[in-house]
Amino acid sequence: MAIFRERQYLRVDIDRERDESLWMKCKSCGELIFKRRVRENNNICPNCGEYSFHTAIERIESLVDEGTFVDADEAIMSDDPLTFTDSRPYAERLEEAQQKTGLTDAIVFGKAALAGLPIVIAVMDFRFVGGSMGSVVGEEICRAMECAMEESCPFVLVSSSGGARLQEGVFSLMQMAKTAAVRQRLAEASLPFVSVMTYPTTGGVQASIASLGDVIIAERGAMIGFAGRRVIPEPLTQDLPEDFQTDVFAFQNGVVDRVVKREDLRDELASVLGFFVEVA
Amino acid sequence: MSDERTLDLLETKIKELRALDEVDGMDLGSEIAKLEDRLESLRQELYASLSDWERVRIARHPKRPYALDYIEELFGGFYELHGDRIAGDDRALLTGLTRFEGRSIVIIAQQKGRTTDENRERRFGMTRPQGYRKAVRAMNLAERFGFPLITFVDTPGAYPGLEAEQLNIGGAIAESLLRMTSLRVPIISVVIGEGGSGGALAIGVADRILMLENAIYSVISPEGAASILWKDRERAKEAAAALNLTATHLEELGLIDGIIPEPLGGAHKDFQRTADALRDELKTRLAELLPQDIEDLAEARYARYRSIGRFRSVTDVELAGDPVVDEPASE
Repeated sequence: MAIFRERQYLRVDIDRERDESLWMKCKSCGELIFKRRVRENNNICPNCGEYSFHTAIERIESLVDEGTFVDADEAIMSDDPLTFTDSRPYAERLEEAQQKTGLTDAIVFGKAALAGLPIVIAVMDFRFVGGSMGSVVGEEICRAMECAMEESCPFVLVSSSGGARLQEGVFSLMQMAKTAAVRQRLAEASLPFVSVMTYPTTGGVQASIASLGDVIIAERGAMIGFAGRRVIPEPLTQDLPEDFQTDVFAFQNGVVDRVVKREDLRDELASVLGFFVEVA
Repeated sequence: MSDERTLDLLETKIKELRALDEVDGMDLGSEIAKLEDRLESLRQELYASLSDWERVRIARHPKRPYALDYIEELFGGFYELHGDRIAGDDRALLTGLTRFEGRSIVIIAQQKGRTTDENRERRFGMTRPQGYRKAVRAMNLAERFGFPLITFVDTPGAYPGLEAEQLNIGGAIAESLLRMTSLRVPIISVVIGEGGSGGALAIGVADRILMLENAIYSVISPEGAASILWKDRERAKEAAAALNLTATHLEELGLIDGIIPEPLGGAHKDFQRTADALRDELKTRLAELLPQDIEDLAEARYARYRSIGRFRSVTDVELAGDPVVDEPASE
C-alpha cells in the first residue's frame, strides 16, 4: 500500500496555495510538515514520499545548474480571440491565474545549463488554467525550439497539462499542428528533444508536442493519456484497469522510454543528453 | 428543429398533389404553386438564420452525406488500401487511391456508419490508432509518388478507451500531425461534417482547409465543453455558441480558407448540388496548388501554421499591478 501511494500526486488546492502559513498537512500521510522542508525536498513529502506539484520555476530550479537559468520569454498574453465566457469571462480567469502565479500564461522557458550542458528548457505550470495549451503556450513552445536552434543546443520540455485550452477554441487546437511543425524543423537541424511527461500530460498536449520527443521520459506518478476516464463512454469504463493512464501503464504499453523518480530526473537528463552533445 | 417536420409534411403534400395532377388531369397547378411558395418561404425562415447549435445538429444529421458518398460521386472509382501493417484495419478511417482531374490522388477519409451494424464496424466514425497509422502510410505513399492528398474530415473525435490508449492514440495523432506539416505534396482538407478535436486535426493539416457550410470544427464537443465549464452537459447549446465552431466563424477568424455552400436545410436535402459545389471547389483549389513549387508550398504551409495564435505583448503597465510571488512568504 505504501509503495502504491508513493506514486500518487497531491491535487492542487488553491486555498492552500494562497495560505502562507509555515506549515502544511500532507494529503497523503496527514503529517504536519514545514512547508519549506517540502519545497526544499523537491516538493516531495519528507515523511511519506508523496509528490506535490512543482511550479514551473521550482521545476526549473530542481533541474538546471544553480544560477544558470535565463528567462527568455518575452511576456506575451492571450488575446482572448473568442471573447469567451462560460460561468465567468475567460479574461477574468486569465487575470486571476496571472495574479496567483505571477506568470502571464502556463509556461516558462529559457536558456540554462544542465550538468554543464547548455540547453533550452520549457516548463508548463499546472496552476495556470490546468497548464492548458492555448495561443501563448503553443507560441512559447515554438519560440523555445527556435531558441534551441539559434543556440544549437538540445531542447527539454517538461509537460504538466490537461490538454488544449477550451476557451480559445480552434486556435488552441491548431497549436498542436503549430508545435509539430516547428518540432519538424528541430529534427531537420539534428537537435535532440527530450520530452518529460509529468502529472498530468493528457489531451491535446499528449497528442502533439509531448509525444514527439526523441526520448520521452515519464516522471514517476505521471498521468499520461489522450482521453481520460471522464471522456470515455460509460459502458467502456468498466474494462479500465486500476493503473489506466499511469506511468506504469504508459511504460508497459511502450508509450514512454523510461520512468524516472523526481529526485533522479536531473541526473537522468544529464546522462541522456550526454549521448547527443559532446561536453566541452 | 421540430419545424423540419412541417417542411417534410408540406413536401409530401406537394408530391401527392402533383401525382393527382398527373393522374386525374385535375387542374391543381395554382394550388401546387401556392403550396410551393409557402414551402419556400418557410424554408427561408427556418434555415436563413440557423443558430450555431442548429448547425451542430445538421452536421450530425443521420441523413447527412458521408465521405464515401462524395468519393463515389466525385471521383473515378476508389481503390481502397487497408491496414496499418501493425495492429489492424480501422474502418472509421479509409485510405486509398483515386483519379481526379486526370491524375492519381491519395484519399484519407473518416467514415461514419448509417445502420447499427455499420456503426458497430465504423465505431460512429471515431478513429483508432490503427486508422491514424494507416493515414501516415497513405501520406508516405502520396509523397513517394507525388500524388496530391485530399482528406475528408468527419469524426466526433478519436476513439477513446483502453485499447486506444494501449496502442498510444495520442502518439499516433502526434505522428500524423508531424508528417503532414512537412509532406512534400499539395494537401487539401475538407471538413464535411464533424471536425472533432485532435482526432480530426490529425488528418487536417493542409495547404487549403475547406468546410461545408454546415460542418463544424471544434477543440472539444459542445457537450464536453458544457460538462467541463458548466458541469452540465445540457448547456451544450451555449457551449456551441461560445466555441465559434461554425464554418462562418472560423472563416472570419482566418482559420479556414473557404466554405462550400449547402442547399437550404443541409447537404442531405440536395446531395447532387452539394457534391457539384464540392467538386468545383476541389478543382479550383487543386489548380491553385499544383503549379506551385513543392518547396514553396511546404514553406507556405509552415508559415501558415507557425503564425496561428492570438496574443499580445504584455506592457510594463499591465505587469506593474501584479505582485510576482514565486517564494512563499514564510520567513
